[in-house]
Amino acid sequence: MQVNENKEFRPLIVAFCCNWCSYAGADLAGTNRMNYPADVKIIRVPCSCRVNPMFILRAFQRGADGVIMCGCHPGDCHYTSGNYFARRRMTLLFSMLDFLGIEKERTRVEWVSAAEGAKFAATMNEFVETVTKLGENKRLEDLRCKKQ
Amino acid sequence: MQEAVINRAKELLADGTVNRVAGWKTGEFSFDTTPAVFTSAEELDADFVYNDFCAPNLSKYLVKESRKEGKLLVFLKPCDTYSFNQLVKEHRILRENVYVIGVECTGKVDAETVKLKGIKGITSMESDGENVTIHTLYGNKVLPKSETLGTKCATCKSKKHVAYDELIGNDGEVDEESKRFEVVEKLEAMTPDERYEFWRGELSRCIRCNACRNVCPACTCESCVFDNPDSGIAQKAAADSFEENMFHIIRAFHVTGRCTDCGECTRVCPQNIPLHLLNRKYIKDINKFYGDFQAGADTISKAPLNDYTFGDCEPSIVYSRGGNE
Amino acid sequence: MFRLPVERLDELFAMVSAAQTLYIPADGKDSRAHYTKWEEGIKLSNALNTVRSAKDFFFPQTTNLCDFNKKDKEIEIIDNRTESEDFVVFGVRACDTRSFTILDKVFLVDPVDSYYATRREHGTVVTLACTEPEETCFCGVFGIDAASPEGDAACWIADGYLYITANTEKGEKFISLVSSLLEESSDEAVEAQKKATAEIMSRLPFNDIDTSYFRKNTLLEIFNSDHWKKLSEACIGCGTCTFVCPTCQCYDIKDYDTGCGIKRYRTWDSCMYSDFTKTAGGNPRTSQVERFRQRFMHKLVYFPDNNNEEFGCVGCGRCISRCPISMNIVKVIKTFGEVQ
Repeated sequence: MQVNENKEFRPLIVAFCCNWCSYAGADLAGTNRMNYPADVKIIRVPCSCRVNPMFILRAFQRGADGVIMCGCHPGDCHYTSGNYFARRRMTLLFSMLDFLGIEKERTRVEWVSAAEGAKFAATMNEFVETVTKLGENKRLEDLRCKKQ
Repeated sequence: MQEAVINRAKELLADGTVNRVAGWKTGEFSFDTTPAVFTSAEELDADFVYNDFCAPNLSKYLVKESRKEGKLLVFLKPCDTYSFNQLVKEHRILRENVYVIGVECTGKVDAETVKLKGIKGITSMESDGENVTIHTLYGNKVLPKSETLGTKCATCKSKKHVAYDELIGNDGEVDEESKRFEVVEKLEAMTPDERYEFWRGELSRCIRCNACRNVCPACTCESCVFDNPDSGIAQKAAADSFEENMFHIIRAFHVTGRCTDCGECTRVCPQNIPLHLLNRKYIKDINKFYGDFQAGADTISKAPLNDYTFGDCEPSIVYSRGGNE
Repeated sequence: MFRLPVERLDELFAMVSAAQTLYIPADGKDSRAHYTKWEEGIKLSNALNTVRSAKDFFFPQTTNLCDFNKKDKEIEIIDNRTESEDFVVFGVRACDTRSFTILDKVFLVDPVDSYYATRREHGTVVTLACTEPEETCFCGVFGIDAASPEGDAACWIADGYLYITANTEKGEKFISLVSSLLEESSDEAVEAQKKATAEIMSRLPFNDIDTSYFRKNTLLEIFNSDHWKKLSEACIGCGTCTFVCPTCQCYDIKDYDTGCGIKRYRTWDSCMYSDFTKTAGGNPRTSQVERFRQRFMHKLVYFPDNNNEEFGCVGCGRCISRCPISMNIVKVIKTFGEVQ
């Protein structure tokens, strides 16, 4: 096997998707054969409100270069209000990451409904592009977790 | 002041209103005071102090003390009353078992601040409210009190007592002009690279002694997530720069909306990391995004993270806004 | 005894660091002293002591012991130790220097801790005499002379000169490394400084605390004393005292799952923590009183019992100035001493 030394940087993206809207949206994108990069790894959560700030940090620790959280549109939460709480939490967390000097473009929240397969694909394409431009996550990496 | 405080404590002990008194005890030096519980007039006479060196916040001790038998008298400074209220709100302090006397505070002298001025070998300090006389092994010095205050007092937010059964001394006002967000604003105005450098420099000193967590009146979990081996984050050591960042982000996040900005975290840090800046950043964001909120100002309002409105700003506000907004 | 003008210290540092890694106490951005790797422009701090103790050099906060990799059904054990290089720690005070002797008694007795032993072998300790002790200093109580420190080589800064003399073979090697900068000298200035420092030492507030109580009374008597409850009342259970302490040597060994293998590492532990010495059967010390007592019993009773009456404290005073609630070993010693 030939190893290409100059291989292009591919980011690792973790997407937390709520079970009721965004995961179904991702599904729809798939069944409609829409393209979005394979760099996106989806983690299904019952509700965007399930996403503990710790999850975001852990994703970075284990090698993610960007983390995106997707949930139902505000007002459409399966549990009525989960995404409203999640919205406040993520706003504060992202603001803190920015305060610590960690590139703010590495984190994002998008509301994607079950019908928005196209939006899901477009969002992921755009997010992967942004993170690819930023390059490897250096500021919130855990050196112990680097594959040797 | 101290005399009035001791006399009142003795009265309340004598008439049976309370059976214990929580306050501060003299140490080996006049400036190292230790929180203590007193049970008799003799003990009060021997050791009780209330002066310009009583910086420790007593509220957190009440979580345990208020669950013991009998009623406890506690002396709280204005900033301590905010922590007290917050703990009452969270049902961590049993209010009916505590008799609160608010005591006037004009800011506390911090030995570390004095030492940073290059003063060595301090054997005692006296404060007359205006000036602090410092006796050292190498001679005496006098400093204006305003120059000897610790960070928490230099940027005091309020001299108003928000919870008390009675007051000794005067009640103050909330300082609307407080400069407490000044440093946060300065950091926000920096470029991300500069901010990153700044925080690496500060957080890389962390030795994970947990003093900031253990002293924090908002951190009252029976078992902390950082001590839970099943959490996957109980590493006990700042073994990697990631651990340092994570510990401090999560520590501050866990008290977001509950932190009253009492400043104890920064006061106790053995490495002098300005930890309060992380908490203040969250407070400043909350004020800006969700309207002004002061944790501990009352015992009924909903905490910002337990609440929402339909029109809350989107997280994207973080990338759309400019530097110091 | 040799000497060199203080202005030429940088030349000495440069010469040493050309051969070995050199660490000196230097002021950080926080205006406090920390051991820093010397490079051009790093200046020796004027502070009495560093915030962290010098034990870091031989017993760091975390040590990676070994790694595990799983290949199919085999577990591969990787010893990731690389032969450590020689290094010099310059400017260690007398108290921290004595702490190495205490740590040696723990780590170098059978079975020898090879991680610690390797670092000890490779490290040269160059000490610096104190001239302006702080109010928290009480090294004299444990028979340490701050004005004439131990260590491989000892230094004094007096009258614009740095005086240096070797105590061990390693120290002589150090001096020969920089001998081209040094000149032979008499020790008058040093002797004068020793006298001056001794005079200040005699005025220190903790100079005369009496530790005899802990040697005269039985272990159980001290252990069962009522004082512990009152003393530990305000303790918030943080690990500040243990982590700034030069002689605290307890550690925990943990496995860290990196996602692509396991790292087994050793980390400082604190007897003040609720999960200290926790085993499958639970925790032997369930309350803060017991944890607090453990720390002082260890330093003042168990350690001297097992080590020819030598206390496990060197009187550096770090715990006194750092404790969030100002409870410390001096208060403990005095409280027990008073009731004699």
